[in-house]
Amino acid sequence: MSGLLKKVNWMTLVVPLVSVFLGLLCGALIMLAGGYNPLLAYGSIIQSIFLQPYYAGETIRAMIPLVLAGLAVAFAFRTGLFNIGVEGQLMAGWLASVACAIELDGLPRIILLPLSIIAGAVVGGLWGYLPGLLKARFKVHEVISTIMMNYISLYATAYIIKNFLYTEGERTPTIPASASLASNFLANITQGSRLHWGFIVAIIGVILMWLILWKTTMGYELRSVGFSPDASKYAGMNVGRNIILSMAISGAFAGLAGAMEGLGTYQYMTINSAFTGIGFNGIAVALLGMNTPVGVVLAAALFAGLQTGGLTMQSVAGVPVELIQIVIALIIFFIGSSYVIKWALLRFSGRGRN
Amino acid sequence: MAYAIEMRHIRKAFPGIVANDDITLQVNEGEIHALFGENGAGKSTLMNILFGLYQPDEGEILVHGKKAKITDPNDANNLGIGMVHQHFMLIEKFTVAENIILGREPRIHGRLDMNKAVKIVRNLSEKYGLDVNPLEKVENITVGMQQRVEILKTLYRGSDILIFDEPTAVLTPIEIQELIEIMKRLVSEGKSIILITHKLKEIFEACDRVTVIRRGKVIDSLSLGETNPDELANMMVGRQVNTQINDEPYEPKEKILDVQNLTVLDSRKVKAVNDLSLTVHGGEILGVAGVDGNGQTELIEAISGMRKVKSGIIEIDGRDMTNHRTRKITEAGLGYIPEDRQKHGLVLDFTVGENLVLQTYYQKPYAKAGILNQKVISKKARQLIEEYDVRTPGERTLARSLSGGNQQKVIVAREVDRSPKLLVAAQPTRGLDIGAIEFIHGKLLEEKKKGKAILLVSFELDEILHLADRIAVIYEGHIIDIVNPKETSEHELGLLMAGHKKEESRE
Repeated sequence: MSGLLKKVNWMTLVVPLVSVFLGLLCGALIMLAGGYNPLLAYGSIIQSIFLQPYYAGETIRAMIPLVLAGLAVAFAFRTGLFNIGVEGQLMAGWLASVACAIELDGLPRIILLPLSIIAGAVVGGLWGYLPGLLKARFKVHEVISTIMMNYISLYATAYIIKNFLYTEGERTPTIPASASLASNFLANITQGSRLHWGFIVAIIGVILMWLILWKTTMGYELRSVGFSPDASKYAGMNVGRNIILSMAISGAFAGLAGAMEGLGTYQYMTINSAFTGIGFNGIAVALLGMNTPVGVVLAAALFAGLQTGGLTMQSVAGVPVELIQIVIALIIFFIGSSYVIKWALLRFSGRGRN
Repeated sequence: MAYAIEMRHIRKAFPGIVANDDITLQVNEGEIHALFGENGAGKSTLMNILFGLYQPDEGEILVHGKKAKITDPNDANNLGIGMVHQHFMLIEKFTVAENIILGREPRIHGRLDMNKAVKIVRNLSEKYGLDVNPLEKVENITVGMQQRVEILKTLYRGSDILIFDEPTAVLTPIEIQELIEIMKRLVSEGKSIILITHKLKEIFEACDRVTVIRRGKVIDSLSLGETNPDELANMMVGRQVNTQINDEPYEPKEKILDVQNLTVLDSRKVKAVNDLSLTVHGGEILGVAGVDGNGQTELIEAISGMRKVKSGIIEIDGRDMTNHRTRKITEAGLGYIPEDRQKHGLVLDFTVGENLVLQTYYQKPYAKAGILNQKVISKKARQLIEEYDVRTPGERTLARSLSGGNQQKVIVAREVDRSPKLLVAAQPTRGLDIGAIEFIHGKLLEEKKKGKAILLVSFELDEILHLADRIAVIYEGHIIDIVNPKETSEHELGLLMAGHKKEESRE
């Protein structure tokens, strides 16, 4: 029995790696079929993100919201909840941070910047709190309600921008410099990338998730309720309150991701006609990262690297940038079919039957 | 005559453990053969080899005298070997007949022939006296009936050698009797049965011969006429077994639990506990005897605050605890060993260490200002693991991977160590082997000696007769009578449990 358990642990590490490898491999096959050189294509990605400061900076910049969105999904998942609403919470947080920065312009930077970041987290958290409340009180499944909340967020943010914060270019005004995370220093050392101080927020987020879940009584309760609501009730925990709390914290992470885009990358918010995709990529990042804080960082690095480096792939190897989306989709596909991979690994390691 | 099953010199090793070491098992045609041993002795491994789920490292298997190679359960089925699993493998939304034919459906012109299926199932059911309705949905039938469906599944596939894997663990006493009748009927119709069990009573009631396994080795194989329960128990455990008996004088102290006119509704809003009153004093074990489903579960859930009380009063140590939150009741001095250890008693995906502080994780010294003190928790966990003899690789092992007996020891350790004034123990030894039962009974008696009040709910009459100072018999949600275990008999208790109250009153 214990032998089997060890094997499963070993496999939780191997499965993501195999999935990535298979995804890249299948991507290469598709490139070959299209008459492109996959070695040149992948080579150009590696070359750009590791050797060209601009692409390195852009990769880290793209990682920031991905990490936070991944943490949001992973946090909820660790407590037995499936938060599909990261996308909506992210947009709500984005708008909240931008609105806070614009409306409270004039406050000193030391107050306005943290306040705007917190505004994003709070409103994102609120957007998670509602589905949590619905689940705890009325047993509404969080998958359904968070998907609905995504649409509410998409159109509500558009409405608010259009009616209250509108400026030319279908967007909000630019935020004041005193609320901005952008940095000339970081831009200079990365040859003009949009890298901003938000990476510090992302790092704090990673540490925070780890601390909350494994070092506090709150995290103990959250995980307990996630694993076994019945045993948690027996132990005198308030199951409903923990569900709500978990969704709110998850939403806060997502809101932070939005704030990073609003205060860092873009400095404003446009009227979105479609989802940003960051929230949904967060689900893939969490899955690939096995819902661990460090795993989320690594998975976000991979996705961000592929997306950013994919731009050079087009110019160097002539491979259409869309192919990178296919590779990412393939990796997610293989993660999803991890059961098959586990089964195959067991077979080949010769421990299954015979 | 050839054996129905002969397994010769079977050896099977897993990393770090030899589960079966040179095991030879011979089952005669037409007998009920018990495979007897503690949890983890290697019974299930051996049967999984016979059923084709594992391959032996060494040894051979003969079926009806012919050498057989069994590489998967299909081979086993083709050889006429069927397994009735402990955990049923049934589809709840399907009817009995649909479940039975699944995988081998009778066809007519390429379509499913449901009429034929129902007829076959009905005939089989009648032949072996199983009395199941083929058209009933599985979700609507009792656990005992579901087990019969499992038996029918093997019979439908033409099995003549049936393996029963701890079949009585989930059954009520009456259902156990019925199952034994069914097994005897099967044998009289020419089937052979292997019964995996660690319950002595069943072996002596049902079986012809027994093979005792301990730590992967055969200790002995003998016919039941030439042995007795004590000898078998000692063989299984490998040492003298001391049945724990409550022989401390009965000196009740102050009232700890006082339940007055309690009424509790069950999930279907029916009165499960109906105007029930009972008291438990310090230094006393009150046994609650009764057939499953007479309100025991609801009574305990009401006491522990997990279920709302409709009317009545529950006082613990003189404080009104009616409809208070579970945590408040726990803090007022309730220790609670729940009926379903995997559902309520443990967070299976938590480590042993985390489970050991499930009631106290938020208190000093395990946490301060909301921050867990891992060091203190680990230290406490190691101490309890040692003290309560929990067999685990360490406190970081997941509770899920422990055996049932060790899972229960984790719960007992956690609940008893807090030294609660009132200890509610619901089915504390269900499904455990003799060694673990002995240990847990010993702990309950120790607590009694310390002057704690203990409410013991059990379906095992032996357990209650051995441990209780007073026995309250529960029937249809109220206490029908309270008897002295020294002056009663299983017969009298059986009658009371069925609702027949004697004319003269006791007390």
